[in-house]
Amino acid sequence: MDFDLSEEQRLLKESVDGLLTDSYDFDARKKYQKEKGGWSKAVWGKLAEQGLLGLPFAEADGGFGAGAVETMIVMEALGKALVLEPYLATVVIGGGFLRHGGSAEQKAAHIPGIIDGSKTFAFAQLEKNSRYDLADVSTTAKKKGAGWVIDGEKFVVLNGENADTLIVTARTKGSRHDKTGIGVFLVPANAKGVTRKGYATQDGLHAADITFTGVEVGSDAAIGDPENGLPLIERVVDEARTAMCAEAVGAMDESLKTTVEYLKTRKQFGVPIGSFQTLQHRAADMFVALEQARSMSMFATMAADFEDAKERATAVAAAKVQIGKSGKFIGQQSIQLHGGIGMTQEAKIGHYFKRLAMIENTFGDTDYHLRCVAEGGLV
Amino acid sequence: MDLAFSKEEIAFREEVRAFFRDNVPPETRRKMVEGRHLSKDEMVAWWRILNKKGWGVSHWPKEYGGTGWSSVQQYIFNEELQMHPAPAPLAFGVSMVGPVIYTFGNEKQKQHYLPRIANVDDWWCQGFSEPGSGSDLASLKTKAERKGDKYIINGQKTWTTLAQHADMIFCLCRTDTSAKKQMGISFIVFSMKSKGVTVRPIETIDGGHEVNEVFFDDVEVPVENLIGEENKGWDYAKFLLGNERTGIARVGVSKERLRRIKELASKVESNGKPVIEDQGFREKLAACEIELKALELTQLRVVADEGKHGKGKPNPASSVLKIKGSEIQQTTTELLMEVIGPFAAPYDEHGDDASNETMDWTAQIAPSYFNNRKVSIYGGSNEIQRNIITKAVLGL
Repeated sequence: MDFDLSEEQRLLKESVDGLLTDSYDFDARKKYQKEKGGWSKAVWGKLAEQGLLGLPFAEADGGFGAGAVETMIVMEALGKALVLEPYLATVVIGGGFLRHGGSAEQKAAHIPGIIDGSKTFAFAQLEKNSRYDLADVSTTAKKKGAGWVIDGEKFVVLNGENADTLIVTARTKGSRHDKTGIGVFLVPANAKGVTRKGYATQDGLHAADITFTGVEVGSDAAIGDPENGLPLIERVVDEARTAMCAEAVGAMDESLKTTVEYLKTRKQFGVPIGSFQTLQHRAADMFVALEQARSMSMFATMAADFEDAKERATAVAAAKVQIGKSGKFIGQQSIQLHGGIGMTQEAKIGHYFKRLAMIENTFGDTDYHLRCVAEGGLV
Repeated sequence: MDLAFSKEEIAFREEVRAFFRDNVPPETRRKMVEGRHLSKDEMVAWWRILNKKGWGVSHWPKEYGGTGWSSVQQYIFNEELQMHPAPAPLAFGVSMVGPVIYTFGNEKQKQHYLPRIANVDDWWCQGFSEPGSGSDLASLKTKAERKGDKYIINGQKTWTTLAQHADMIFCLCRTDTSAKKQMGISFIVFSMKSKGVTVRPIETIDGGHEVNEVFFDDVEVPVENLIGEENKGWDYAKFLLGNERTGIARVGVSKERLRRIKELASKVESNGKPVIEDQGFREKLAACEIELKALELTQLRVVADEGKHGKGKPNPASSVLKIKGSEIQQTTTELLMEVIGPFAAPYDEHGDDASNETMDWTAQIAPSYFNNRKVSIYGGSNEIQRNIITKAVLGL
């Protein structure tokens, strides 16, 4: 048992923290937000230069063969800086599908573009009524010759507006809720029949609602078994949840730091408001919530290596519950302790709150995951 | 980073588990599972078995009879002990006064007291809290006046746990009334059989007798019973309280209680099916399990950190352990109440009588719920813990 980072991991942390300190203060973030697409190509290029976009890929595929801990380190740093660039959508999710399900040809075709920063991905999964059920898929992929024709609608596709390649879940067989008969397809975002309606999300990121109308793709578009893609989807989404847990821990950590700093400097009644015990104890409770969340983020990260898929899923669900609760508490109380200033767009603190709120509602909220644990049994 | 136990650590856990399985008297275990009180003899008998094995004071330095285990091994031992469950070694001797004596005591004191603590030849109790000095401990008034080669002790202590069994007390006494409050306190040990010591029971809301008031009326104590230097007692008290950082979470106790909750919830019916199948109940149970898993990992982070960087500089996360640990212990007793529902009501007037088995197992559940309110009060109330986080961690 060892909670310390290895020498390489420590260096990675230093390098990503250093990069973001230099290029990602809150004013810079505001500028990036106004760039075309809502994030900075220059920052993305720097992430590529430092090798961060190639981190989880096998060395044979041009990557660094890093594991879940490295992703945790990066995501936590991205969470602290409220980074807008599509690391989750591209490297964690897009990369995850390619790593775990991609053929040699698919890897060769797509991974180099991710690693060098020239291509980004988006995961088109959510449907109008599917909510958090990954098996609820109405979008269809019908066989046509050797290839497929995809029809359907996907919503709130993170980075969907900007991505070069979409990873689409679609039903190849069976009916709406069947666990089998779901395929995962690589679809070029500029393919004929793809219509994207992009928009900003509450937390300053960008997403899109995407319609697929008779979109034709080749036989090489299917990742893994087109009739049994759910286990792959669950695995990659568990990795995405785990990455978001780490991102949330970064956001909570910085949110608490910022709040404590404010308590030390803001004066009322002639003294710093941090001298009031009510506020001190609130901050102490935020610290407790943060440490519990940090522990569970580590737990989920370690669970990536669990052999048993059900055990892994339960561990991730448990982590998502803790992160959801802690994130809500820290997010809300950070605003409360800032008072009026916390309500302004101008102050950074509210943006942590918003990102944490969106993380809670992505890939299963607290109630959803609590039910998973209640059904699965943790201890 | 690797959260899994090593092969050696797993083998150690098996060894510890097997020892408990083969050596904890079954009657002692049963009473622990059912939340019954144990007699002094039952506890001492078990601790002597433990001491004979060489595990009575496992965390002490080897030269005083400790095991030389790593922080992780120590953690595994504590958790397995709590989960078995079996009574933990008497904290007042093993975790509190023992380390103070081997750290600050003189040679003669070490040779006399340490082996007796290990074998529970003396049952120790703690003379810290006073009626006017709870969270503000340093305001204590019990006085020790030096007269020749003796201290004359007068005053009153309270919340003295199991003083009714005690042979010895370690006591914070004021030896200099003119000094600033933390500066004039000394750490003195003496026999509870001394003339002038009176123990009066305090009955707690569960009907139990764990705590007492202790009165000192011109108690004569030889000056050689002073530990360390006169007027330095506050430093030793802080050392003592800081020593018990990782045990306080009591993760093993909560794990064992969750096991018990599941066992009972599978038997007790609600709406014609076992309580365990009720969705609402399951979600509460799951929420508690998740909190406990998080706490267990937070504790392991602290333990691993101690193992690596020594106990000198506490991991900031350690202050979380008391707060969360006590809250979760309390939640588990609430869940047990929920499981048995209306059968929580019958009161076993002889609940303190270990030989009384006439009442059903349910009779101990409400008292355990009532009694566990103490865990967020003792050992530095959870509000004091928040003060500690505020100052030591957040720097407010």
